[in-house]
Amino acid sequence: MRNLLSLIFLVMLSVSAAAVGVDEKRLDDPTQEARAQEIMKQIRCLVCQNQSIVDSDAALARDLRIIVRERIIAGDNDEQILGYMTSRYGDWVLLKPPFDGATIVLWLSPLLLLMVGFYVIYRNQKLRKSNVSSEPLTSEEKQRLEQLLNNEGRK
Amino acid sequence: MIVEIGHFALILACLLSLIQSTFPLYGSLKGKGRLMAIAAPAAYGQFLFVTISFAALMYAFVVSDFSVANVARNSHTLKPMLYKISATWGNHEGSILFWTFILSLYGALVAFFGRKLPRTFYVKVLAIQALVGLGFYLFLLLTSNPFERIYPFPMEGNGLNPLLQDPGLAFHPPLLYMGYVGLSVTFSFAVGALIEGRVDAAWARWVRPWTLLAWCFLTAGITLGSWWAYYELGWGGWWFWDPVENASFMPWLVATGLLHSAIVVEKRDTLKAWTILLAIIAFSFSLLGTFIVRSGVLTSVHAFATDPERGVFILMFLFIVIGGSLLLFALRADKLQPGGLFAPISRESMLVINNLLLSVAALVVMFGTLYPLLRDALTGEKITVGPPFFNLAFGFLMIPLILVMGLGPSTSWKRADLMGLASRLKFVFAASLLMAIAVFYAAGGGEIMAGIWLAVGLWLLLSTLYEWAERVKLFKSGALARILRQPRASIGMSFGHLGLAIAVLGMAGTSYWGAEKQEIMSYGDKVSIGGYDVTFENTDGVIGPNYTAVRATFSASRDGGKPQILKPEARVYLTPPMPTTEAAILSRFTGDLFVVIGEANNRAYDQWAVRLYHKPLQVWLWGGVAVMVLGGLISLSDRRFRMGALKGAKK
Repeated sequence: MRNLLSLIFLVMLSVSAAAVGVDEKRLDDPTQEARAQEIMKQIRCLVCQNQSIVDSDAALARDLRIIVRERIIAGDNDEQILGYMTSRYGDWVLLKPPFDGATIVLWLSPLLLLMVGFYVIYRNQKLRKSNVSSEPLTSEEKQRLEQLLNNEGRK
Repeated sequence: MIVEIGHFALILACLLSLIQSTFPLYGSLKGKGRLMAIAAPAAYGQFLFVTISFAALMYAFVVSDFSVANVARNSHTLKPMLYKISATWGNHEGSILFWTFILSLYGALVAFFGRKLPRTFYVKVLAIQALVGLGFYLFLLLTSNPFERIYPFPMEGNGLNPLLQDPGLAFHPPLLYMGYVGLSVTFSFAVGALIEGRVDAAWARWVRPWTLLAWCFLTAGITLGSWWAYYELGWGGWWFWDPVENASFMPWLVATGLLHSAIVVEKRDTLKAWTILLAIIAFSFSLLGTFIVRSGVLTSVHAFATDPERGVFILMFLFIVIGGSLLLFALRADKLQPGGLFAPISRESMLVINNLLLSVAALVVMFGTLYPLLRDALTGEKITVGPPFFNLAFGFLMIPLILVMGLGPSTSWKRADLMGLASRLKFVFAASLLMAIAVFYAAGGGEIMAGIWLAVGLWLLLSTLYEWAERVKLFKSGALARILRQPRASIGMSFGHLGLAIAVLGMAGTSYWGAEKQEIMSYGDKVSIGGYDVTFENTDGVIGPNYTAVRATFSASRDGGKPQILKPEARVYLTPPMPTTEAAILSRFTGDLFVVIGEANNRAYDQWAVRLYHKPLQVWLWGGVAVMVLGGLISLSDRRFRMGALKGAKK
């Protein structure tokens, strides 16, 4: 089992080396090709780690690149192409998770955590201020204070 | 035989850690001097035995003893000596042994340099350190024994992943581990202080150098890994928000926060409970990082091994260490009475905001890394949280952090005058804004975020310089003497902040103004990118020690200047058989030219796939981090922290 896993791991590594495919047709129109590149950057290479299909050498990534270019020639807009990808592979294929009911917690987490943090700091400060001002001295402390003051006076 | 000695030494070290973590702790609670006296010799003994153990494993790798299963799986006779040695820690078992080795090294260092600490506290710190060690010894001996033999043994080993055969990667793990494990000392100090029930300025002064040391190593280690990814993986990226990168980044963020909050404890005797909590969390993230990497819950380039048994062990260990320390914290935190009060506008408040932003950043990185896992477990849906999310969320937190960084050092303790602060820094603010706009247009415009990062980086750069100039009264007589008399801690601070400013500018340059081209080229073809004219000259065959390669020659010239030669390689390693690319990089102050050679066309052999990148200000990123680490080291050499100074500190 361990050997099998390390084999899979090695295969994954080998495909993560830079993608420099030679027999891949680029689109003739440079603005269309630039658009294709932008879209590819948002699509995950399904068999790699956090890598877009632009950066991957995997055969599957190559297939997806070809599909993106085909869709552009067919006249799809960007949303349609990404929609086509998610309908086939689910949200997993998008490097940037969509903003919807299920991911709202994720997207808002920086803001929520900051607000919680600020609230805790604010409450702590308020608590400490009231603690410091309202806590009367115990009789023992008063006695000591008096003693100290008296000593001071005698010197 | 030597291998068995290594195994035996490891068992002895394990037993010593058991003794060190129990008897002295009991002794310190009951005031029994004889039991307390065990702690330091046990710490030295542990270090000795783990060193023997680690040396034995290294020996097995050096002589290619394939009867050891670990060596057979990860080494090969044809491998250059450097990689035979680095293979010792380039695999699961070896890396955990290495972890433990560094843990015992830190244990011995604390035992030696901490001799002047209050006796009961010193003993508690060593006991906690040993307790953490005990977990790792058991993990090694029970689930990941590096000394396991196999029979019949193979005549040749499997080899090491070629991507890992690189000088940068030989040194990346040692540095990173020195950082990860260094935080264990901070952790032991925090837990020791909780048991003692006392945290004061002296405590902060003992803890800071260890945190600083760990932080320097962590910073250098993370960056070395990033640099390796940049030139070795061959697509010009340097940070991928890969789970394992995140795993090392989270403790870094918390350790950075800890460095700053410990200052508040030292100078103002407040934020104590929070600082203790950060110390616990920083090391917890180190352990979590180990768990994420080793258990394989998130498959990644770095996961040498995936084995559920190990995962369960680490999970239980994590639960005991993190849960136990947090429980102790909950029980004891209210004993830590806060000291000095401070106004909403004050140095303390600035440092609190720093801590808040860094902690939230660490939590967001953790949440983003684990979110796909959670979602999969809860709903069965698979989703990717990729770089676009992290870049957005992280930028949202880092921009305010850097703005505050520019203000903090100029703000006075306790209560600062907001109007005075504003009037002192308004010119710096205006100047950085104007410079950013000028550079933005000179660079031909771009995304608005690029301009914002530029302004933020310049603000940090100028405000740090301004604060330094104000502090040394640069334009009054006797400035030179004042410059030289600055305490090293404040020089270190200036360098640290300056380094980050340089790194931020580098990040802005390389992320937003980079150019990328993929071309099919024949000999003699020309491409222009980033102001360079690049010509594809020819290719050669090369035979290396354990690979064969195609080496291409490119010449690049700018503005008709003298052409520079670049020689990227496409290698195929023999064991294991695997293709890799060796990029050729022309590094200049203004930017890097980065060339990768790919495969040849199957039908026409003089046609090659070539990738070219221009990465403006890339060296600023590396240089900036180097300045940050330098700042940390300067600060570490401050007299307050020098170990001899502890003689004076009695508590």
